Formats: sequence, C-alpha cells, structure tokens
Amino acid sequence: MTDTVRISGSLRRRLAITLIGGAAILAILLFIVVRAYAAQIAQKGQDSILGASVTSILDAAAIRNGSVELDFPYSAFSILNTPSDDRVFYAIHRDDTLLSGYEFLPQPPEKNGAQHTFFTTTFHEATVRIAQASRVLVGENLRTEVFVTVAQTQDALSVTLNRISRNVALFGIGFFLLAALLSFWATSLTIDPLTRLTTSITRRGPQDLTPVSKPVPIEMVPLVVSLNSLMERLDQSLQRSEDFIAEAAHRVRTPLATVRSYAEATLQRVSKEENRQALRSMVRAIDESSRAAGQLLDHAMITFRADHLDRQDIDLVDLVSELVRGLSPVADMKDVEFVLQSDAHVDVTGDPILLQNAVRNVIDNALKYSPSESVISICVRADPTPRVIITDQGPGFPVNQMTQLTGRFTRGDNATGIIGSGLGLTIAQEVAVAHGGTLYLSNQPEGGACVTFSM
Amino acid sequence: MKFLLIEDNIQLAHAICSRMGFDGHVIDHAGTIQDARAYSATEDYDLILLDIMLPDGDGRDFLKHHREGKNDTPVIVLTARSQVSDRISILDLGADDYVTKPFDHAELEARCRAVLRRRGGTSQTVLRIGNVAFDPVAGTLVVDEVSVQLRNRELRLLELLINAPGQIFAKQKLVDRLFSYDDDVSENAIEVYIGRLRKHLKGSSLSITTLRGLGYRLDHD
Repeated sequence: MTDTVRISGSLRRRLAITLIGGAAILAILLFIVVRAYAAQIAQKGQDSILGASVTSILDAAAIRNGSVELDFPYSAFSILNTPSDDRVFYAIHRDDTLLSGYEFLPQPPEKNGAQHTFFTTTFHEATVRIAQASRVLVGENLRTEVFVTVAQTQDALSVTLNRISRNVALFGIGFFLLAALLSFWATSLTIDPLTRLTTSITRRGPQDLTPVSKPVPIEMVPLVVSLNSLMERLDQSLQRSEDFIAEAAHRVRTPLATVRSYAEATLQRVSKEENRQALRSMVRAIDESSRAAGQLLDHAMITFRADHLDRQDIDLVDLVSELVRGLSPVADMKDVEFVLQSDAHVDVTGDPILLQNAVRNVIDNALKYSPSESVISICVRADPTPRVIITDQGPGFPVNQMTQLTGRFTRGDNATGIIGSGLGLTIAQEVAVAHGGTLYLSNQPEGGACVTFSM
Repeated sequence: MKFLLIEDNIQLAHAICSRMGFDGHVIDHAGTIQDARAYSATEDYDLILLDIMLPDGDGRDFLKHHREGKNDTPVIVLTARSQVSDRISILDLGADDYVTKPFDHAELEARCRAVLRRRGGTSQTVLRIGNVAFDPVAGTLVVDEVSVQLRNRELRLLELLINAPGQIFAKQKLVDRLFSYDDDVSENAIEVYIGRLRKHLKGSSLSITTLRGLGYRLDHD
C-alpha cells in the first residue's frame, strides 16, 4: 500500500525538529542574555572603582597660595589593583592644560562637570575603560576647574567574562541536550496513539469493518470519526452487494431448481427415447450453469480474499474430515468410498473458508471422474509441509495437458460428458499459492489421478 | 418418509412434491414460516426441508427457533447461496445438512438418508416381507437372520422394487434413478445390480423376475 501513498515529510521528524530547533534558539538566547547581563554587571563594578579612584584624586585637589595643589592619595591607585595586573593610566588637567599624567590619554567627547563620565576606548594598543570627572576649585580671585581622568585596561574583566561565558555556554549546552531528550520523548508520546491506531487497523481481518472503539486523543477524533464513517459506508455497500448477490442467486436458482425438478419428474413418465434425451440434456444444462455460477462466485471470492487472508489456527485434519463427511452422501450415490488417512493433528495457519473451498474442489473433481464402486483415498500429512493428497481410480490426467489444467476454464480432453466449469483446479491452485504452497498434479503408476495440495 | 417442505416458490414446491411423490414419500408444503410452525407443531415429520428466503422472514430464524424449542426433527436447508461461508453459517445454526439449488433429487435423497442414519432412524419401521427384513435407512437386508449391508445403488434399487411389489419397472427408469445425469450408462448396467440383489435375496420369499423387453418385477411367493 505504501507505494501508492505520496509521502510529504514525517510528523515525528517535523515535531522533533521543531522542538529541538526551539530548544537550540532558547539556549543561544539564554547564552547571549546571561553573558550580556554578566558583562554589564562586571562593567558596573569596574566603573564604580574607577569612579571612586577619580573622586578620591579630585578630593585631594586644593588651591593653595594661588596655585592648584594635588596630593595623590595612595588608595586612589591601590583600589585599582587586580589579579591580572591591569595597567592604570591617569591624566590631570587644569582647564585645558595637562598638569600631570599621560598627555594623550583620550578625553571624553563631552565633559560632564562634576558628574562622572565613563567610556571605553583604545589606548596604547589596549582596550581601556576611562572614567572622568571634574571639580571646580575656587580660591582668592582664582576660579579654576580640575579634570581627573583615570583609565584601566580590562584584562581582569575579560578573564572574568570569559569564565562566565564558558559556564553559561556549558549550562546552555546542558539545557539544550536535556530539551532535545525531552522533545524525543514528547514526540514519541504524541505519535504513539497514531501508531497504536494504525496497528489496530492493520491487524484487522478482511471482514472486520467494525468501528474503532478504543479511546483516542481529542485531536485524532475527527480522523477516527471519518474513518468509522468510511468503514460504515463500506460495510453497508458490502452488505448491500452481498444481499444483492443472495437475492440474485435466489431469483435465478429457484426457477432453475423448479425446471430441474420438473424435468426429473417428467423423466419418470415419458418413455420415448427422443424426449428422454431432451430432458436429460435439460438437466445437464441446468447443472452446468449452476455449477459455473457457483464456481465463478467462489473464484471471485478467492481472488478477493487471497490478498487479505483471514488467517486462523486450524487443524487440517478436522477441516478435511468435515468435508469428507459432507461429501459422503454424494460419494455413496456412486458407491464410491472415501478412505481418509491422516496424522493425528496437522496444525496450520490459514483462511479456513479458502482451504475448505480448495480441498472441496479437488475432492469434487476426484468424485466426478471416479468410476462406480471405486476408492478415493485422502491423505492428510504434516511432513515435510502440511499437505492433503487425494488419489482416485479414475482415468487420470491427460499426460500432455498436465501443466495447463490449473489454468482458468481449462478442462482435460477426457472430460467430455462430465459436468464442470474448468475452475476447480484453478481455485485449488490459487488458494495453495495464497498460502505459500503449491498444487501438484500427477498420475499414479497403477492408474488414477493424484493431486497434492501442499501449504 | 414424511417430509415438511418449507418453500415459498409454489412452482418449485410443486415440482419437488411431484418428484418426491414418485419415491413414495409423503410431503406437506408450507409457504411461510407461520404455516411451517403450525405444521411442525401438529405433525411428526421425519425431515424438514427448509428454504432460506421466505416472505415472512429468514429461514434461519425458523431454524434457530426450531432448535431452541428442543425440536430435534432433522433439517436440511435448500439454499440458493453456494458460497462456503453461507454453508458454514447454516450448519452452525443447527441445520443437519444443505443442498444448493438447483439440486439433484437423488443427492437430496442421499443426504436425507445420511442425516436420518446419523440421527439413528426414523418413525418409519423396518420393512418386513416374509423372511426378509429391509431397513432402507441403515441400508441392511436381513434374510433368515443373516444380515447383509447393501451398497447404495443396490439399496436404492431394492427400495424402488420393494415399495411396489408386482409392479413392472422398465430398465431405463431404473437407470434414471440409479445413475446421475452425467453418467452415460447403457441400460444393461442395471443388470449387474439386479444380479447382485438376486444373490442377496437367495433363500428368501422374494424374487426378481425378468420380463424380456419390459423390465423387472419383484415377486413375493
């Protein structure tokens, strides 16, 4: 069936990819946000120390004797000590004149007065963080503004940031792996009811069109509802066609039975050979047509069922004994005796209706070609494969036609005068093949046909 | 034997009655399930012949009812459906056997006989003439306490002759009754069976006379 269904992707894969992709995006976002937040906090830490350093230097500035005096407090630099030995630069300007420090230390584009200004730039081929603030000093007829700029490289900061990044990355990967596992689990949990539904429908026999009654998740309800309604319609239409066939058979076969019964009754009364021949031909024609109709229906049924065998565990011995019992009265009419030999049990798995039909056809055949007061031997064996061997004491198969006899509507040259449709052996062979077996025709050395139906 | 035929097609019923009448059977005919119930409640039948499709219901319902009512008269179903699955469901419902329409009366009779034998006899008593006892259901012929199991054709031939002693049966009529329509047999084939019956009847008060050009007759001393 799969080859007739066009496949567009897989729900399982689609769901898994969506969930895993979502988890990956979340993990990356988590990494970026946490890292940015960590960087921001670390920067704030450095800024506050730099700010404190600037403030302590500014606090030490004073006007004395008309000039600006500035005494560096030791702590102003010692607080900037880091484990990575970051370098510290400073510059002190009075208005625009450099009082002390690095002449080319970058100045903020806009000076902000007493407020601290922070920015990041490059100095001496290193990334530095710069803090600047100013203080207005007022003395006797002197009013001047002192600018203090302190810069620090960011080695310690990047070491810290790298460590945080690594940890966050590890955490993100862990989160991703866990989410991926969870999404596989969630996927199979979601697909599971679908798989169960599929299995339960696949396991059904060909005749089972009952609605699905097992509970299903709410999302699958519309699917199951339409499936059930489809099966109901199929069931109804099968039922209708079965009823139709039954009705048609009844309508056709009942008048045939009437004609046949009348013909038989009339045959008891007339004695003119001509009339008797005509009546006999009538009876034969009726038998021929009813047999053909039956065989055609059986053959159609077998073709239908062969694709969907209704496999059951059965005992081939029981099945054959039952058939032999049913056919005994017919055999009795010709004084033909059935001899059934069998193993105790021959257990097989197969479609009982098909197997019955096949074996019945072979026995029917043997019966038709058997002379009066002969024996038909039926053998049921389990080894080497389960098989039914049916031999009669009739004329046997015509040797040159042996291979064609299982073809549809083929009858042996020696079958003239015997009523048949040419479908019996075809049916038996098709059933054997459907069960992985063969139908083997042969003639016995002492005469008579031998048919081996093996599974 | 006494039959109840349940069949709604009047023509077929008439044909069956007329054909079976030749064998000396008594047949009551019911066209509906309702009639059939009335008949089977008041009369004792050896066998019921049941059609499946009836105007007032399904023959299978009658069968189920019949079996649930502990009525053990054997039932042979006349079905128009030939498929194995239908046959199986009919047997599961308690039918003793079935024949598919159109049916061979000889086969129907053979099946009736088989069913009755399986059920262990009928109300019909064993036929006794002189020192001969003949049980057509069991197929035994007893002459002077010596029992012989008859073959089917011998049995059918004897049954025909013994039911009408003194009557002349033409060879061709006997052939019609003993052989099926697809056996092309000559009238002389009957001689074999007459010969065997004569052997079986040796020492009895019955004898089979050949009337040249006319046929055979069973005589009773």
